Amino acid sequence: MSYQFDFSFLAERWPDFVSGAWLTVQLTLLSIAFGFAVGTVCALIRVYGSPLLRRPVGFYVELIRNTPLLVQIFIVYFGLSSLGLKLSAETSAVIALVVNMGAYTTEIMRAGIQSIQRTQLEAADCLGLTRLQTILHVVLLPAMERVYPALSSQFVLLMLASSITSQISAEELTAVANNVQSDTYRSFEVYIVVAVVYLALSVLYRFGFWAVGLVLFARKRKLRTAL
Amino acid sequence: MIQLNANHFIYLLMAAEWTLLLSLIAFAGGALVGLPVALMRVSRFAALRILASGYIQLIQGTPLLIILFLSYFGLGILGFKLAPLVAAGLGLTLYAAAFLGEIWRGCIEAVPRTQWEASDCLGLNRFHQYAYVVLPQAMRIAIPPTVGFMVQIVKNTSLASVIGFVELARAGQIVNNSTFEPFVIFCAVAAIYFAMCYPLSLAARHLERKAHVGR
Repeated sequence: MSYQFDFSFLAERWPDFVSGAWLTVQLTLLSIAFGFAVGTVCALIRVYGSPLLRRPVGFYVELIRNTPLLVQIFIVYFGLSSLGLKLSAETSAVIALVVNMGAYTTEIMRAGIQSIQRTQLEAADCLGLTRLQTILHVVLLPAMERVYPALSSQFVLLMLASSITSQISAEELTAVANNVQSDTYRSFEVYIVVAVVYLALSVLYRFGFWAVGLVLFARKRKLRTAL
Repeated sequence: MIQLNANHFIYLLMAAEWTLLLSLIAFAGGALVGLPVALMRVSRFAALRILASGYIQLIQGTPLLIILFLSYFGLGILGFKLAPLVAAGLGLTLYAAAFLGEIWRGCIEAVPRTQWEASDCLGLNRFHQYAYVVLPQAMRIAIPPTVGFMVQIVKNTSLASVIGFVELARAGQIVNNSTFEPFVIFCAVAAIYFAMCYPLSLAARHLERKAHVGR
């Protein structure tokens, strides 16, 4: 094989990669935050809500989980704009990612919430906690602690999936790669570089969520036992 | 601009066949590579374990989109230019193998230790232990999550559209380019994907429930 690898484009274009990676981080953190909020509310509805609300939430979850993110992004970006709602690529990307993340979070958090025993709720009642206090301290935090590994790996998967938003020209990391490779014709090298950046980001995210877990679940940190 | 008509939807359905074909290629390839990966992951030899987990970490830490680009342009370098089906098949195989390898590792480890010990006592060698004792039991555990992962494969074939393979998502884009009715078209595309994935999701859930009845 006589292929000569040539990474010289990095000398000139590295700021592009940095800004692309930064946008990826921004897009994904925003989507994770809002997606988690949507998913948690939906999960509470799915477990404790009235059947009238449970049905639509179940429908939303199944619909999103059984269709590709790429098509969801197209519907938000091209579909909504043809209906008259013009959104920028970045806004559409975040909306699609939030909707997607929300559905997966719903399923994960539902499992966590269902694992909270009735007796815990009764005990909270006896202690005179308000409904909101019960939900926050007795239901959500322990539920989250139980499913945290699944949750954080889903967050990392979302970060990786955000590369798909390059298809609607949101200028994140993969879109930058597409631009650079069409300028330099060093496609293989460009995607190797980007793959390495994504790997680094996913390691960084995993570490970050592990650290957040330490802060969030003080009980687990101090007692060193599983819930 | 061409008016959206029935032929466009027939075209989408025909493209869905390519999605199914690509899914089958990815699943078969992923299973073929994934089983050795899973076995390496539980191997007695540290080198094999490290190799397999390195591979899994590498693939699971990189977006599938980038893997597809790399396999497309990488194959190009090797001289197999312009073979989107091959490139997509290869990329998806590498992707599926990493995930299936990790899923199946968990299933192999879920087989109780006593089974290993019992087969040791019966004097079975390593190969026979796997072939007659461990893998048949692991397979029963593995069926529900594997069916669940097939949903991911079907959905992720949509990314093959970016390297020019005409499957369902790409067909949707093509029809959209000539008719410019994105909302209707992409909703139809989503509906076809849903029709392919939802039965798999239901099957996975059903199998999961059935598997838990015994316990």
